[in-house]
Amino acid sequence: MQVEVNSPILAKNDELAAANRALFAEKRVFVLNILASPGSGKTSTILATIEALRDEFNIAVIEGDIASSVDSEKIKAQGIAAVQVNTGGACHLESRMIQRAVDVLDLDELDLILLENVGNLVCPTDFDLGENAKVMILSVPEGDDKPLKYPGVFQVSQAVILNKVDTMPVFDFKKDAFYESVERLNPQAPIFPISATTGEGVEAWAEWLASRVRSLH
Amino acid sequence: MHELGLMTGVLDAVDQAAADAGATKVLAISLSVGVMTEVIEEALEFAFEALSEGTICEGCELKVNMIEPRSHCLDCGLEFEHDRFHMLCPHCGSFATELIAGREMQIDSIEVDIPDDEDAPPHSEGR
Repeated sequence: MQVEVNSPILAKNDELAAANRALFAEKRVFVLNILASPGSGKTSTILATIEALRDEFNIAVIEGDIASSVDSEKIKAQGIAAVQVNTGGACHLESRMIQRAVDVLDLDELDLILLENVGNLVCPTDFDLGENAKVMILSVPEGDDKPLKYPGVFQVSQAVILNKVDTMPVFDFKKDAFYESVERLNPQAPIFPISATTGEGVEAWAEWLASRVRSLH
Repeated sequence: MHELGLMTGVLDAVDQAAADAGATKVLAISLSVGVMTEVIEEALEFAFEALSEGTICEGCELKVNMIEPRSHCLDCGLEFEHDRFHMLCPHCGSFATELIAGREMQIDSIEVDIPDDEDAPPHSEGR
């Protein structure tokens, strides 16, 4: 006998993501899920983004890492609330972890939560956390061919940040080829070339994000 | 990506559906998986074999229906199939396309054996 099931494989994660999304909407908090490889400059980009937007918005950070609290310490040193989520080996954040992490944040006081996913270009793409938007960071040293190797992450992101552009003369990064690949995979996504450490290009990226946060108010 | 975790979710849901139907044995499981996801069919099969051992799913057939990506052109209205990388409209060349299939991760149905003993109604009844 055939029995219809018709249930998403990630039903549990999806249910919790929906609950997270409803909570964020109720509290009018914009949640940004940031995807990137280890070493691409996620934390530096977050710090630069905080610097650009802290006068206008109340910001908190959720740091996903397999282990350690190195990243959240850096954020806290800037006077910003940070929650460290250690996945203990898991390669991505799941909705349940976010639910627990936001529990310790005062959502009534917040406008924006920056969520740093585990450094990985594969697994986080398929896990909805209840965020308002996903963005991905690729850094110049990783190479211009990454959209061809990891198409999924470029396709689920609403914007692509190209970090460490100040190192472009050192690496043989073909900027045109990169732009073309991203455009083919995700024509609607803007690309923001930045250097999180020198501050180059951060303003345009921060403004893109700010306009989305403002739209909730 | 994390097929072991996915398969744990599949087997939990299948166990529940089989118990609800009063089944004693699962003969087949049908899944739909979109080509645009990060799921790898071979890894799913390996995870299934490892995790189904000793359960009512052991030895059953796992049918993985890989769904080819399909998009809809917002400019000319064409619906078209494409591969993982090329999403622009083959008719008008527009970049404004919307994915309508290819990101599925779904348990469609299961095939089960239900003992047809009139005296032993499915145990989900009367609960």
